[in-house]
Amino acid sequence: MEDMFQFKNGYMIVEMPKEIDHHCTEELRRETDRMIEMHHVRKLVFDFSRTEFMDSSGIGMLIGRCKNLGYSGGSVQAVCLNDRMQKIFMVSGLHKLIPVTTEQEIAGGRVDGE
Amino acid sequence: MENKMRLEFTARSVNEGFARVAVAGFFAQLNPTLDEIEDVKTAVSEAVTNAIIHGYGEKEGMVELYCTYNGNHTEIIVEDKGVGMSDVPKCMEPFFTTKPELERSGMGFAFMEAFMDEVDVESEPGKGTRVTMKKRFGERKSEE
Repeated sequence: MEDMFQFKNGYMIVEMPKEIDHHCTEELRRETDRMIEMHHVRKLVFDFSRTEFMDSSGIGMLIGRCKNLGYSGGSVQAVCLNDRMQKIFMVSGLHKLIPVTTEQEIAGGRVDGE
Repeated sequence: MENKMRLEFTARSVNEGFARVAVAGFFAQLNPTLDEIEDVKTAVSEAVTNAIIHGYGEKEGMVELYCTYNGNHTEIIVEDKGVGMSDVPKCMEPFFTTKPELERSGMGFAFMEAFMDEVDVESEPGKGTRVTMKKRFGERKSEE
Protein backbone atom coordinates (compact mmCIF):
# COMPACT_ATOMS: atom_id res chain seq x y z
CA MET A 1 0.00 0.00 0.00
CA GLU A 2 3.01 2.31 0.56
CA ASP A 3 3.45 2.44 -3.25
CA MET A 4 0.31 4.55 -3.35
CA PHE A 5 2.10 7.51 -1.77
CA GLN A 6 4.56 9.82 -3.50
CA PHE A 7 6.25 12.91 -2.18
CA LYS A 8 7.05 15.77 -4.53
CA ASN A 9 7.70 19.47 -3.96
CA GLY A 10 6.15 19.39 -0.49
CA TYR A 11 3.02 17.57 -1.67
CA MET A 12 1.95 14.10 -0.75
CA ILE A 13 0.26 12.49 -3.75
CA VAL A 14 -2.13 9.61 -3.09
CA GLU A 15 -2.71 7.33 -6.04
CA MET A 16 -6.37 6.40 -5.64
CA PRO A 17 -7.48 2.82 -6.39
CA LYS A 18 -9.48 1.72 -9.44
CA GLU A 19 -12.67 1.35 -7.41
CA ILE A 20 -13.39 3.36 -4.26
CA ASP A 21 -16.20 1.99 -2.11
CA HIS A 22 -16.94 1.25 1.55
CA HIS A 23 -14.90 -1.95 1.30
CA CYS A 24 -11.62 -0.17 0.55
CA THR A 25 -12.11 3.23 2.20
CA GLU A 26 -11.30 2.06 5.72
CA GLU A 27 -7.79 0.92 4.82
CA LEU A 28 -7.30 3.90 2.49
CA ARG A 29 -8.26 6.27 5.30
CA ARG A 30 -6.06 4.54 7.87
CA GLU A 31 -3.00 4.44 5.61
CA THR A 32 -3.43 8.03 4.36
CA ASP A 33 -3.79 9.36 7.92
CA ARG A 34 -0.77 7.35 9.05
CA MET A 35 1.36 8.83 6.24
CA ILE A 36 0.05 12.37 6.90
CA GLU A 37 1.06 12.05 10.53
CA MET A 38 4.39 10.36 9.88
CA HIS A 39 5.52 12.87 7.23
CA HIS A 40 3.80 15.97 8.68
CA VAL A 41 1.91 16.43 5.39
CA ARG A 42 0.25 19.82 4.89
CA LYS A 43 -0.46 19.62 1.17
CA LEU A 44 -2.37 16.59 -0.04
CA VAL A 45 -3.17 15.63 -3.65
CA PHE A 46 -5.58 12.83 -4.55
CA ASP A 47 -4.67 11.44 -7.96
CA PHE A 48 -7.65 9.78 -9.69
CA SER A 49 -5.83 8.71 -12.89
CA ARG A 50 -6.68 5.05 -12.30
CA THR A 51 -10.12 5.54 -10.71
CA GLU A 52 -13.17 4.33 -12.61
CA PHE A 53 -15.67 4.03 -9.77
CA MET A 54 -16.42 5.92 -6.56
CA ASP A 55 -19.55 5.98 -4.43
CA SER A 56 -20.55 8.09 -1.41
CA SER A 57 -18.23 6.12 0.89
CA GLY A 58 -15.33 7.66 -1.03
CA ILE A 59 -16.91 11.11 -0.67
CA GLY A 60 -17.05 10.64 3.11
CA MET A 61 -13.39 9.68 3.21
CA LEU A 62 -12.36 12.72 1.10
CA ILE A 63 -14.43 15.14 3.19
CA GLY A 64 -12.86 13.68 6.34
CA ARG A 65 -9.29 14.30 5.09
CA CYS A 66 -10.32 17.84 4.01
CA LYS A 67 -11.60 18.62 7.48
CA ASN A 68 -8.54 17.19 9.22
CA LEU A 69 -6.05 19.06 7.02
CA GLY A 70 -8.21 22.20 7.17
CA TYR A 71 -7.81 22.34 10.96
CA SER A 72 -4.04 22.44 10.58
CA GLY A 73 -4.06 25.00 7.76
CA GLY A 74 -3.27 22.44 5.06
CA SER A 75 -4.74 21.98 1.59
CA VAL A 76 -6.35 19.19 -0.44
CA GLN A 77 -6.59 18.91 -4.22
CA ALA A 78 -7.89 16.34 -6.69
CA VAL A 79 -6.25 15.70 -10.05
CA CYS A 80 -6.82 13.60 -13.18
CA LEU A 81 -10.56 13.00 -12.87
CA ASN A 82 -12.20 11.14 -15.74
CA ASP A 83 -15.72 12.10 -16.90
CA ARG A 84 -17.37 9.78 -14.38
CA MET A 85 -15.34 11.12 -11.46
CA GLN A 86 -16.16 14.68 -12.52
CA LYS A 87 -19.85 13.76 -12.48
CA ILE A 88 -19.50 12.23 -8.99
CA PHE A 89 -17.75 15.40 -7.76
CA MET A 90 -20.48 17.60 -9.28
CA VAL A 91 -23.44 15.56 -7.98
CA SER A 92 -21.99 15.43 -4.46
CA GLY A 93 -20.89 19.09 -4.46
CA LEU A 94 -17.38 17.93 -3.64
CA HIS A 95 -15.96 20.23 -6.33
CA LYS A 96 -16.90 23.18 -4.08
CA LEU A 97 -14.78 21.77 -1.27
CA ILE A 98 -11.82 20.31 -3.17
CA PRO A 99 -10.20 22.15 -6.11
CA VAL A 100 -10.18 19.88 -9.14
CA THR A 101 -7.88 19.78 -12.11
CA THR A 102 -8.32 17.27 -14.91
CA GLU A 103 -4.67 17.53 -15.90
CA GLN A 104 -1.91 16.54 -13.52
CA GLU A 105 -1.28 20.12 -12.51
CA ILE A 106 -1.51 21.78 -9.17
CA ALA A 107 -1.33 25.36 -8.04
CA GLY A 108 2.30 26.41 -8.14
CA GLY A 109 3.51 23.86 -10.67
CA ARG A 110 3.06 20.39 -11.97
CA VAL A 111 2.78 17.56 -9.50
CA ASP A 112 5.64 15.74 -11.14
CA GLY A 113 7.84 18.82 -10.81
CA GLU A 114 8.52 19.25 -14.52
CA MET B 1 -38.17 -9.11 -23.52
CA GLU B 2 -38.60 -9.80 -19.83
CA ASN B 3 -35.80 -11.16 -17.71
CA LYS B 4 -35.22 -11.65 -13.99
CA MET B 5 -32.46 -12.59 -11.60
CA ARG B 6 -32.08 -13.04 -7.88
CA LEU B 7 -28.89 -13.03 -5.83
CA GLU B 8 -28.34 -13.58 -2.15
CA PHE B 9 -25.02 -12.89 -0.45
CA THR B 10 -23.50 -12.44 2.99
CA ALA B 11 -23.55 -8.89 4.35
CA ARG B 12 -19.81 -8.33 4.01
CA SER B 13 -18.18 -5.31 2.40
CA VAL B 14 -16.20 -7.50 -0.01
CA ASN B 15 -19.54 -8.30 -1.73
CA GLU B 16 -20.26 -4.64 -2.59
CA GLY B 17 -18.06 -4.88 -5.67
CA PHE B 18 -19.52 -8.27 -6.55
CA ALA B 19 -23.08 -6.88 -6.43
CA ARG B 20 -22.15 -4.01 -8.77
CA VAL B 21 -20.49 -6.28 -11.31
CA ALA B 22 -23.36 -8.80 -11.20
CA VAL B 23 -25.98 -6.11 -11.86
CA ALA B 24 -23.91 -4.52 -14.63
CA GLY B 25 -23.52 -7.96 -16.24
CA PHE B 26 -27.23 -8.70 -16.03
CA PHE B 27 -28.25 -5.41 -17.67
CA ALA B 28 -25.54 -5.64 -20.35
CA GLN B 29 -28.15 -7.38 -22.54
CA LEU B 30 -29.96 -4.06 -22.87
CA ASN B 31 -26.91 -2.46 -24.43
CA PRO B 32 -26.88 0.50 -22.05
CA THR B 33 -24.57 3.49 -22.42
CA LEU B 34 -21.50 3.57 -20.19
CA ASP B 35 -23.08 6.40 -18.21
CA GLU B 36 -26.30 4.43 -17.64
CA ILE B 37 -24.48 1.35 -16.40
CA GLU B 38 -22.22 3.44 -14.13
CA ASP B 39 -25.32 5.18 -12.70
CA VAL B 40 -26.84 1.77 -11.88
CA LYS B 41 -23.59 0.48 -10.38
CA THR B 42 -23.33 3.54 -8.13
CA ALA B 43 -26.95 3.22 -6.95
CA VAL B 44 -26.53 -0.53 -6.24
CA SER B 45 -23.32 0.14 -4.34
CA GLU B 46 -25.11 2.71 -2.16
CA ALA B 47 -28.08 0.45 -1.37
CA VAL B 48 -25.93 -2.63 -0.68
CA THR B 49 -23.52 -0.61 1.50
CA ASN B 50 -26.48 0.71 3.51
CA ALA B 51 -27.76 -2.84 4.04
CA ILE B 52 -24.34 -3.97 5.25
CA ILE B 53 -23.37 -1.01 7.45
CA HIS B 54 -26.73 0.15 8.73
CA GLY B 55 -29.04 -2.83 8.25
CA TYR B 56 -26.78 -5.44 9.82
CA GLY B 57 -23.88 -3.47 11.35
CA GLU B 58 -21.74 -5.94 13.27
CA LYS B 59 -24.33 -8.72 12.91
CA GLU B 60 -24.31 -11.50 10.36
CA GLY B 61 -27.00 -11.52 7.71
CA MET B 62 -27.88 -11.91 4.07
CA VAL B 63 -28.53 -9.21 1.48
CA GLU B 64 -30.98 -10.02 -1.30
CA LEU B 65 -30.75 -8.45 -4.71
CA TYR B 66 -33.46 -8.76 -7.37
CA CYS B 67 -33.13 -7.37 -10.87
CA THR B 68 -35.72 -7.36 -13.60
CA TYR B 69 -36.13 -5.69 -16.93
CA ASN B 70 -38.98 -5.46 -19.35
CA GLY B 71 -37.99 -3.78 -22.57
CA ASN B 72 -35.81 -0.89 -21.46
CA HIS B 73 -37.48 -0.55 -18.04
CA THR B 74 -35.21 -1.83 -15.32
CA GLU B 75 -35.94 -2.46 -11.67
CA ILE B 76 -33.53 -3.28 -8.84
CA ILE B 77 -34.56 -4.33 -5.35
CA VAL B 78 -32.05 -4.48 -2.49
CA GLU B 79 -33.43 -6.06 0.65
CA ASP B 80 -32.09 -6.80 4.12
CA LYS B 81 -33.58 -8.26 7.27
CA GLY B 82 -31.63 -5.97 9.56
CA VAL B 83 -32.56 -3.25 12.04
CA GLY B 84 -34.77 -1.21 9.71
CA MET B 85 -35.56 2.51 10.03
CA SER B 86 -38.29 4.18 12.05
CA ASP B 87 -38.13 7.50 10.16
CA VAL B 88 -37.44 6.85 6.47
CA PRO B 89 -37.84 10.48 5.23
CA LYS B 90 -35.33 11.64 7.86
CA CYS B 91 -32.83 8.94 6.83
CA MET B 92 -33.21 9.99 3.20
CA GLU B 93 -32.32 13.63 3.87
CA PRO B 94 -28.97 14.57 2.32
CA PHE B 95 -26.11 14.56 4.83
CA PHE B 96 -28.17 12.77 7.47
CA THR B 97 -26.21 9.88 8.94
CA THR B 98 -26.44 7.80 12.09
CA LYS B 99 -22.77 6.90 11.82
CA PRO B 100 -20.74 10.13 11.48
CA GLU B 101 -17.90 8.46 13.42
CA LEU B 102 -17.38 6.18 10.40
CA GLU B 103 -17.11 9.28 8.18
CA ARG B 104 -20.30 8.39 6.38
CA SER B 105 -21.17 11.29 4.08
CA GLY B 106 -24.95 10.87 4.42
CA MET B 107 -25.28 10.98 0.65
CA GLY B 108 -26.28 7.38 -0.02
CA PHE B 109 -29.97 7.97 -0.73
CA ALA B 110 -29.22 11.27 -2.49
CA PHE B 111 -26.92 9.35 -4.86
CA MET B 112 -29.57 6.68 -5.49
CA GLU B 113 -32.08 9.43 -6.31
CA ALA B 114 -29.60 11.32 -8.47
CA PHE B 115 -28.66 8.31 -10.58
CA MET B 116 -31.97 6.43 -10.83
CA ASP B 117 -35.37 7.61 -12.11
CA GLU B 118 -37.33 6.36 -9.08
CA VAL B 119 -36.35 5.28 -5.57
CA ASP B 120 -38.83 3.81 -3.12
CA VAL B 121 -37.91 2.76 0.42
CA GLU B 122 -39.96 0.50 2.69
CA SER B 123 -38.66 -0.16 6.16
CA GLU B 124 -39.82 -1.44 9.49
CA PRO B 125 -37.77 -1.29 12.71
CA GLY B 126 -36.57 -4.77 13.66
CA LYS B 127 -37.78 -6.27 10.36
CA GLY B 128 -35.55 -4.81 7.68
CA THR B 129 -35.47 -2.55 4.65
CA ARG B 130 -36.38 -2.87 1.00
CA VAL B 131 -35.11 -0.33 -1.53
CA THR B 132 -36.74 -0.44 -4.97
CA MET B 133 -35.06 1.53 -7.74
CA LYS B 134 -36.16 2.01 -11.33
CA LYS B 135 -34.42 3.36 -14.37
CA ARG B 136 -35.36 3.51 -18.01
CA PHE B 137 -32.46 2.96 -20.36
CA GLY B 138 -32.11 4.70 -23.69
CA GLU B 139 -34.05 7.81 -22.64
CA ARG B 140 -31.59 10.17 -24.23
CA LYS B 141 -31.40 8.18 -27.46
CA SER B 142 -35.20 8.18 -27.91
CA GLU B 143 -35.36 11.95 -27.39
CA GLU B 144 -32.91 12.62 -30.17
